[in-house]
Parts: sequence; structure tokens; C-alpha cells
Amino acid sequence: MSRLIDVENLTLQFDTDEGRITAVDDVSFSLEAGEVMGLVGESGSGKSVTAKSMMKLNPRNAVYGPETKITLHLEDGPVDVMSLQNDAEMKIVRGGSISLIFQEPMASFAPAISIGDQMVEQLMIHTDFSKPQSKELSIEMLDRVGISDPSARFGQYAFELSGGMRQRAMIAMALSTKPKLLIADEPTTALDVTIQAQVIDLMKDLVTEFGMGIIFITHDLGVIAQTADKVAVMYLGKLVEQGSVRDVIRRPAHPYTRGLLAALPTLEDIDAPLTPIPGDIPSPLERPSGCVYHTRCQEVVGARCSAEAPKFLQVDTNHAAACHIHDASGGAA
Amino acid sequence: MSQPTLISAQGLSVHYALRGGLIGPKPYVGAVENVDIEIASGSFFGLVGESGSGKTTLGRAMLRAAPISKGDVHFDDGEVSYSLKGLRKQDLKDYRKRAQLIFQDPYAALSPRMTVRDIIAEPLEVMGLTSSRAETDERVREIAAKCRLNVEHLRRFPHAFSGGQRQRISIARALVSGPKFIVADESVAALDVSIQADVLNLLKAIQEDMGLTFLFISHDLSVVAHVCDHVAVMYLGRIVETAPTRALFSNPRHPYTTALLSAIPSLDPDDRGKVQKLEGEIPSPTNPPPGCTFQTRCPYAIDLCRIQEPSLENAGTEHRVACHRWQEIGDQAT
Repeated sequence: MSRLIDVENLTLQFDTDEGRITAVDDVSFSLEAGEVMGLVGESGSGKSVTAKSMMKLNPRNAVYGPETKITLHLEDGPVDVMSLQNDAEMKIVRGGSISLIFQEPMASFAPAISIGDQMVEQLMIHTDFSKPQSKELSIEMLDRVGISDPSARFGQYAFELSGGMRQRAMIAMALSTKPKLLIADEPTTALDVTIQAQVIDLMKDLVTEFGMGIIFITHDLGVIAQTADKVAVMYLGKLVEQGSVRDVIRRPAHPYTRGLLAALPTLEDIDAPLTPIPGDIPSPLERPSGCVYHTRCQEVVGARCSAEAPKFLQVDTNHAAACHIHDASGGAA
Repeated sequence: MSQPTLISAQGLSVHYALRGGLIGPKPYVGAVENVDIEIASGSFFGLVGESGSGKTTLGRAMLRAAPISKGDVHFDDGEVSYSLKGLRKQDLKDYRKRAQLIFQDPYAALSPRMTVRDIIAEPLEVMGLTSSRAETDERVREIAAKCRLNVEHLRRFPHAFSGGQRQRISIARALVSGPKFIVADESVAALDVSIQADVLNLLKAIQEDMGLTFLFISHDLSVVAHVCDHVAVMYLGRIVETAPTRALFSNPRHPYTTALLSAIPSLDPDDRGKVQKLEGEIPSPTNPPPGCTFQTRCPYAIDLCRIQEPSLENAGTEHRVACHRWQEIGDQAT
């Protein structure tokens, strides 16, 4: 496998009326071509803004930290995403080499333009195809994602399709430019389980076929277990754990990941009690000092947790967590 | 089961009229069709189904908040006994005290201009259940404490609260009139996992403490498996299977239930792709398929299924299933 993207020290703040809010704090990870990374976290954890940063797709009041470095490795050489300035330059990361699938497919299609015209439009922008070629490819892609009678669907509008169908059309559109990286932001959350199973299946097939990298954002650990190769867990803008999907789900190393798994109802053991994580997610305006999770943590090791931000420490090969319990040297503090 | 039935539906249908149809029969959407359901007093009864299955409409009909087109709903809590279809205005007012709804979205359900105290007290004032402000305050404090809200919280406005806290306020408001029957419609769906567990535990504790009966509507089978004692599965307005929770999850009889269970993503990364997949999507209720409504997606459908609609048959203790072939399919599986 070859390296696809490197995210180093991503820090992102928003200027608001109530002050500067830290949405993402010093997050680093990388992704290989053909790899699926699950980005897990609850609401407000910063998972969506992290993913959108790769396309520099954040609102005007967003301020990136000076250390932030995002490198996209393409065949023609690396692209420094942070240095991209105007719309023309950013075409490469917005729909060119990176595509994005949103959670709500109804809101992502323009209501008054047919599905087909929207697919053709983006192909004309990002590729050298002529209009007839674009149409042909679009219909082929609709067929590929399991939409029956694709030439008829091509002329229809978003409201004429069901939820599952719309999400398939969205995937077809995102993949028609043959992106190197696909960012899927809660692509199945609005769907029923039987439709979710179909869409997950489709995405797995497409990874194999197109060999692209996927960043799969979700709050559903079951979906992650079924799709991802590796997992990154976020809490309040911080990356707290990273590792292979097996390691993170079977041997979670961060107390937050353990808490999430204990709170999750599963069908494997329906008599197991559900253990909530105590307290609420703090407001981003009142970020806790030290480790951001210490206000809810069940495994606090001492005053250190509220004073000092934990470093990312290897707990195993390719498995790391940011928690003082893994830091033997300073454990006495 | 030794507990008496608190609320039951017999042949309950909810139809919504559609436009058109000058000639011939008036077209309608059968949101709920011919549903029989019995909920025992003290039960935590789960109602599951995908979007468009009619679970919310059924819940509303049992609160007399959706029109009853055919059949009836009976409510009997030992003090009063009502038939909901022909309920008189005075009785309906009384029924509203006894049956309450907890909404899905705790952000939309609470008025932003009212303090938490006023939000919780409103049902008491509207229904005239208390005679003085002091008595109202007393009741509000008592119910707030049960929902783990303190006196300090009561003075604030909803915007100051997180999703989990807001849902606890909604629960307190639903409970303040001293109801016997609660319909909780997707009450944890909008919450994060870590908070969801807390609200579920609270609902269970309150149910046991106050002896309530719950109709718990959810699309999430894992949640239902953990909190409910009985479950009914709906598909296109019909109940296709109902059973005690353990029986339903360990021994599902209807092909739709089986498919629904297998579609839930497993937490085991090595257990991939063992999904019994359903093709297609739920048909439109304006134009349901003939015969069994599930036949268009059912891998076991035969000619009979395309002609005749199956009725609920006994498939075990309190276990009922509406499928022509449940016995054959069960035999194949074992």
C-alpha cells in the first residue's frame, strides 16, 4: 500500500461571538490507499470538521493552527492542502481527488435540478469528459450502485427517490470522478437498518474495486466494526485512541473508548446492564484543563489528569492511546 | 402472565384520506391496518419497525392522538375503563392524565421561553390537578427529583441544558400528572450513546418505582432488546410478529424479523458479511402489495403469499407470527 494522506498537528478553532472555540486540537493520523479508517466520536467531538479540513471546507471563521500540515499524496507528487488558496486551486481536493458523502442525502442534492444534471455538472468540472461521455458514465455509475432503470433515474429529481436510493445516487456521484479519498460523513445514519446493510455492502465492494481510501465518520461502533480497517476515536476535539479495528474494539486502551463500549446495547448479550458514562460532554467554551476527558473519567490516576494533557503512547504495535494510565514513568504523580 | 391487561387494541386501523377518487372508493393510506395488541399492566412493551411501518401512528392511536378508523382501543387501569373510539370529551380529558407521550427530540419539545419549573408544572395547571401554587411546586419538585433534576435546575431555561438533561425534563413533564400509561416515541434516538444508556436506565427505574406501563417505540432493536419485556415488530402498518423479548431475539419466526436482526451491524470485526440481506425497500403504504405485505422482499414468498394476507398465529407462549410459512421456515433452520 502507498501513503494517501498525512494529517499532522491539525488544530482548528472557530471565532464566535462567545469567544474562540477549539474544535480540533492537535490531531494527527495518516491513511494508506485502499484503507478504511473509522472516525468515531459523539456529537461535538470534532469528527466532521476534522474530515472537512482535508478539503479545507470549513466556514470563514475557522482558524487553522500554525503547525497544521495536511499532505495529500498524488501520482503527480504531494499536495500541501493548507497552502491552497483560491477556488481554482482547491478544485483538486474538492471533488477532484477527494469526494464527500454527507449524512442527509435529501439536503445534499439541489431540489430543482435533476440528479443526472448534477452528476454531469461535476464531471464536466473535474474531468475532461464531454457532455455525452459524462452522461454515459453517470448512468453507468447509477447502475453500478444498484439503482434499477438508471437511465430513467438520471432524469429524476431528488424528491422522487426514496432515502436509500438517494444515498446510492450520492455515492454514485461521489465516485464518478474516481476520487483517491472518499470521506463519508455518517452516510448510513439516516437510513433504516436493512437499507444500511445494503449501503455498507456496496461501499465495501467499491473500495475493493476502486482501491481508494475511505474516512468513515460515524457514532455507530457496529458500523465501524463491519467496515473499517483501523479506528480513530475523538473526544472534544482530541484524538484519544487509534489502532486496528480489532484492537480498539476488543482491547480498548482509553477509558473513553471503554466507556462507549460499555454504554452500547448489543444483541450479543441482551441481559448485560447498560453503563452510562457519568456526566455530560462539556461545552466547547469550557474545555477541561489537562486531559479533556478527566471530568467524566472513571479511571482518573491523580491530580495529573486535570493538570497535564496526556501524550499519545503506544500500547501495542499500531495501537496508541492518549491517557496517563499508560505512562508508567509518571504514574506516581 | 398474571398481570391484567392495561391497554389493548382490537382490529385497530388508522386511515388517512388522500386527495382524488371522485369515482369509486375514496383512496386512503392505511398507516395502521387491523392491529391486535395487548399490553399488560407494568409491562415495558417495545414496538419496532423501519420508517413508514406505522409504529408512531399506532402509538398515537393508543393515546387517541390519531383518528381510529376501524376497531377500537380499550384502556382499563382498575379505576376507570374506556373505549377510546367513542370517548366523550370529559372522559378524554381524564384519559389525558392517565396516558402521556414522551417525544423524540428534546430540543424541539421544550418551549425555550419557559423555565423548567413552568414546563413541568404546565400539565398540572392545564388539567387543574392542583389547587394551590404551593401544591404545584411540591409536585414539580417531587417529580423533578425522581428524574434527577435539582431545585437549581428548575429556575433555568431549556437552552442551558444538554440533550440528556432535556430529555429528563421531558420525562418529568410527562410523569407529573401521574399517568399509568406512557408512550415513549424514539425517546433516546437523538441522544449520544453515553447519554442514551443513562436515560434508558432512568426510564426503567421510574417504571419500576411508579408501576408504569410503557409502549417504547424504537427503530433500534439493540435498545429494545435491553429494556423491553415484550416486543412487537411492525411492517407496513401490520404487526408481523410479537413475543416476549427473549423469545423474539433468540427464536425469531417471521422472515422479516430474522432479516431485521441480521441487518444490525455486529460489534465483532471478524463477523463480517454474515448478513441475510433484504432486497429493495419498504413499499409505499398508499399502494401496499396484495397478499402478505412483505412478499415483495421475502426470500420465502410463494404463490399463496401473493394472494392471501396471513393472520397472526400462535407460535409459542405469547409468541404470535403472521406468516404462511413460519413452520416450514423454522423447520429448515433447525
